[in-house]
Amino acid sequence: MDKLRGRAWKFGDGISTDHIAPGRLFHLRSNLPELAKHVLEDARPEFAAALQTGDFIVGGRNFGQGSSREHAPTIIKMAGVSAVIAKSFARIFFRNCINVGLPAIILDTDTIDERDELEMDLLAGKLVNLTKGATLSFPPLPKVMATILSEGGLVEHIKKHGDFKLD
Amino acid sequence: MGKTLSEKILSEHAGHNVRAGEFAVVCVDLVYVQDGTGPLTVRQLEKLGFKNVSSPERTIVFLDHAAPSPRQELSNDHKLLREFCQRSGAVLSDIGNGISHNVASEQYANPGTVIVGADSHTCTNGALCAFAVGMGSTDIAVAMALGHTWLRVPETWKVSVEGDFPRAVYAKDFMLHFIGTVKADGATYRALEFVGPAMDTLSMAGRLTISNMAVECGAKVGLFNSDEVTRNYLELLGRPQRYKPLRADPDAAYEKTLTFDVSSLEPMIACPHFVDNVKPVREAGSVAVHQVFIGTSSNGRLEDFQQAAAILKGKKVANGVRLLITPGSRKVLLDGLADGTFRTLAEAGGVITGPGCGACAGVHEGVLADGEVCVATQNRNFRGRMGNPHAFIYLASPATAAATAVTGRITDPREFL
Ligand code: SF4
Repeated sequence: MDKLRGRAWKFGDGISTDHIAPGRLFHLRSNLPELAKHVLEDARPEFAAALQTGDFIVGGRNFGQGSSREHAPTIIKMAGVSAVIAKSFARIFFRNCINVGLPAIILDTDTIDERDELEMDLLAGKLVNLTKGATLSFPPLPKVMATILSEGGLVEHIKKHGDFKLD
Repeated sequence: MGKTLSEKILSEHAGHNVRAGEFAVVCVDLVYVQDGTGPLTVRQLEKLGFKNVSSPERTIVFLDHAAPSPRQELSNDHKLLREFCQRSGAVLSDIGNGISHNVASEQYANPGTVIVGADSHTCTNGALCAFAVGMGSTDIAVAMALGHTWLRVPETWKVSVEGDFPRAVYAKDFMLHFIGTVKADGATYRALEFVGPAMDTLSMAGRLTISNMAVECGAKVGLFNSDEVTRNYLELLGRPQRYKPLRADPDAAYEKTLTFDVSSLEPMIACPHFVDNVKPVREAGSVAVHQVFIGTSSNGRLEDFQQAAAILKGKKVANGVRLLITPGSRKVLLDGLADGTFRTLAEAGGVITGPGCGACAGVHEGVLADGEVCVATQNRNFRGRMGNPHAFIYLASPATAAATAVTGRITDPREFL
């Protein structure tokens, strides 16, 4: 996988899937391109329109808490975000990110500021903050998740192997 | 070394011994979706190239979130799901049957089984000692097609609860207190086992409330022992043969043990906009309320409505307050009609809706206006949860909700009981 590069969009702690894909837009769930235009609207209304392809979402603790709606990471990816970085993730959201092929990276995000230019090397487990001239490292994903992510998500994984490939 | 409940159930479903921290493929006994996550699951199944589901009779599609459908897009989603059930043989639980997790407790969930659902509150049936866990639509599509899924066996926290619940204090108050203590991400990835005298004597309705909210502190599953309460519940629901006693081994390895005593607990409330922003109701201040909502997968069972009715009997909802009553299932509706509970609530001024999620997820049946305040018995108060990011949601027990409906401001139910 190539290096990912883009700017940081900072979010606080406890961003829920209701912030990302709110219930009042429930009727757009079968129209994901339309839903993607509202991604994270209830946390930062300006985000969806100003986002550039390749940008990173940089969150705090417990990113993606709440509902299991996979529409949340799906529209983040569709909107062009290259990865979500947070101090910690809610369990279901984390698994959903990997399943839809969206890298979800756990590291201490305090040193990253809004609009910092970032470059991520997934395989090496490194995030370079080009604005600050600092390099942060992150631990590898569990084997099964690393495999699913590198193959482009769970659908591709199952199509390729016919089943889960745990090792 | 003995096993935790999770290690026992997952070992049996993996076909070999598994321990906390290990990854395993486990067969699933029940798999379900609801109308918010189901359409994507059906599309993913098609993308995966699967024509059939592995066990149609153990694959359930619940229409509960937008039930009946308030708009054409959702009607089309319902149509897609109904057609999927016809085609695949999956079981359809149509509008009016109730919330997936509540109907699953009544009809499908059994001790010692593995249940996966495309809804984060699938953990509700941990109360029945099922390893019940929520996942996303694609994971559920694969589980439907293959009949198994992969899991990491979680580390377990033993939550030991002692004492007797005081007057007007319920399972909901304990769980709000628990989440306020460990915080919204405190138990991420952990399994919780709720044990001790206060949990052993708790009714199944109370257990379901607690397990339902396990995900609100990040837990993967919130389990109760399968015991006499479980046996009686299954017998009452007409499947006594599915009872089997199950508890962790005495020498099981726990990551942590937490001890609580409910005897000094008060009615509790979670304030906007986070579930772990919890304080005693009497410290919430004088907050005027526009809507009170009783129901959901947290507190939509007969016992919950009976607790509300005990306060509302012979009284009227305060001027300017809307009281929404949404039974969790058709069975709850019928039982509450038979014993007069819903009559009492309607006489007090409550609006009784059909069984389902109702106003909980902000789809229909009670969307809040800008600046409005709601006291709800649901499990989440995130900004925008009830359909409006400019509204304020407080979470409390049915008794606190009922007391609040009578006075029109957040009220400690001990004033009435
Ligand atoms: S009642 Fe609320 S929390 Fe429960 S399943 Fe329905 S929408 Fe989800």
